[in-house]
Amino acid sequence: MSDMSYMYLGWGVPLVTLAVYSASLVVRGRALSRKVPAERRRWTS
Amino acid sequence: MTTPQAISASHPAGVRAPNGTGSSVSRVLGVVALAAMGLLVWLAFVASPRDAIQGDLVRLLFLHPALAWTAYLACFIATAASIQHLRKGTVGSDILAHSAVELGAVMTLLTLVTGSVWGRPTWGVWWVWDARLTSTAMLFLLLLGYLALHRIDAAPEVRSKRSAVLGVLLVPNVLLVHQSVEWWRTLHQDATLLDRQFDFGTSDLFMFTMIFGFVAVTLVFSWLLLHRFRVGWLEHQVESEWLDEAIEARRAEAHAESHDGTPTTGGVAR
Amino acid sequence: MLRDARLIAAKDLRIELRSKVTASQILPFALLVLMLFAFALDPDSQALERATPGLFWVAVLFVTVLAVERSFSLEGGDGVRDALRLAGLEPGGVFLGKFAALVVQLLVVEVVLLLGVLLLYSRDLAGVGLLAATMLAATAGIGAAGTLYGVLAAGLRVRETLLPFLLLPVLAPVLIAATRAFESALDGVPSDGWPWFNLLAVFALVYIGIGILTFGSLLEES
Repeated sequence: MSDMSYMYLGWGVPLVTLAVYSASLVVRGRALSRKVPAERRRWTS
Repeated sequence: MTTPQAISASHPAGVRAPNGTGSSVSRVLGVVALAAMGLLVWLAFVASPRDAIQGDLVRLLFLHPALAWTAYLACFIATAASIQHLRKGTVGSDILAHSAVELGAVMTLLTLVTGSVWGRPTWGVWWVWDARLTSTAMLFLLLLGYLALHRIDAAPEVRSKRSAVLGVLLVPNVLLVHQSVEWWRTLHQDATLLDRQFDFGTSDLFMFTMIFGFVAVTLVFSWLLLHRFRVGWLEHQVESEWLDEAIEARRAEAHAESHDGTPTTGGVAR
Repeated sequence: MLRDARLIAAKDLRIELRSKVTASQILPFALLVLMLFAFALDPDSQALERATPGLFWVAVLFVTVLAVERSFSLEGGDGVRDALRLAGLEPGGVFLGKFAALVVQLLVVEVVLLLGVLLLYSRDLAGVGLLAATMLAATAGIGAAGTLYGVLAAGLRVRETLLPFLLLPVLAPVLIAATRAFESALDGVPSDGWPWFNLLAVFALVYIGIGILTFGSLLEES
């Protein structure tokens, strides 16, 4: 493998992982929001 | 129990709770973080030249140290929140500590992966018993331990209190492990392998990209922490609501039994 | 606080004297581990001899997990924890008491283990001062961390699997430092070992301190 392919691997894994993790947080947040009454999920900021 | 209709009726039209963990602040933060990461990728792959010593491998150094920094930042946040939890017993501090540890575990894993990917072409192997690599791996295990403890099947207060004690120990543990591993390895070799492999070239662009990497990754970290905290908060709401309901149901049952006239032997004790 | 500590320590040691769990189960187990190491490493190649300090301390860590589990199963019965709390004992004292009883038992096992490695792995005794100091400091650290993590895992359904996973990474510095100190003691260069002793002492002090401070909130909870 060339050095550049290691770089694509080294950047790709973190970026994909963080993207998947972010997406999972948003999805989990949406799903949980449906179960919680509105007055208990007003974010102060 | 208030029905959803009652809630929506009790609030004036126009004031609507968000349908998820987003808010105006977090949306702005998210856009900024995303833009910063895009710019960082451009800086790392297009703008900066190959390094004289490292060649293309230098491009990973714009990301790897920043990931490691957020992992340590997460540990400090977790310990601070845990101390707060032991002192005040607030729910939020437990959720914050748990969120920080989970995020810290992700960041530590990514630090290990990027370090390993960088090490393969540099050292010829995926893993060496370098002081920093080893102590990062130990940090990952410590964080997994916290997450395992936080997942136990126990009363919420018991769980958060025990997790908080573990959270308080996190930073001392990290320091002790780090110190011992550092000594352990430096007895066998002169310096850590990382130090000798590149010199911070005098290039301003290199330094700027390096620092910008820290900024961009910290922004992403903040966004993730904010959302992870809110998910934890919602989970707590669902959990406590379920408990409230269960207690309510049990009370109604007991009430009905006591009015039944039938003797209540066993089962209703306490 | 010290009076409470003495009470608790005396209680745990008395239970051990009567039940002899450490003497009849944990100690033989430690010797068994020494035999297993010999099976795993070829005894003729001097691998055992070179690895003696590390193998000794790995065996001690295994023993620690068992001893801590045993120590907190004493309070595992219905309501014993509550009784302990209601008895008006100071939490710091309870911590020190459990800690002292654990340290005494571990030290006994370690002395037997040391005789075991000297005999079975044919090492000569050297640097006795450093050996003794290392053993005391390391055992204090192991005992304090073990007591603290033991109570964290106590009473949970998953305690047997959770405790080693929580405790062993934390004891990694002790394993490293105690092994290096033993190495220099047995190789006859004790001066190299004293910095490691200092690390062990710091570890022990940190854990004793945090233990005394946080034990209260852990006892209160359940």
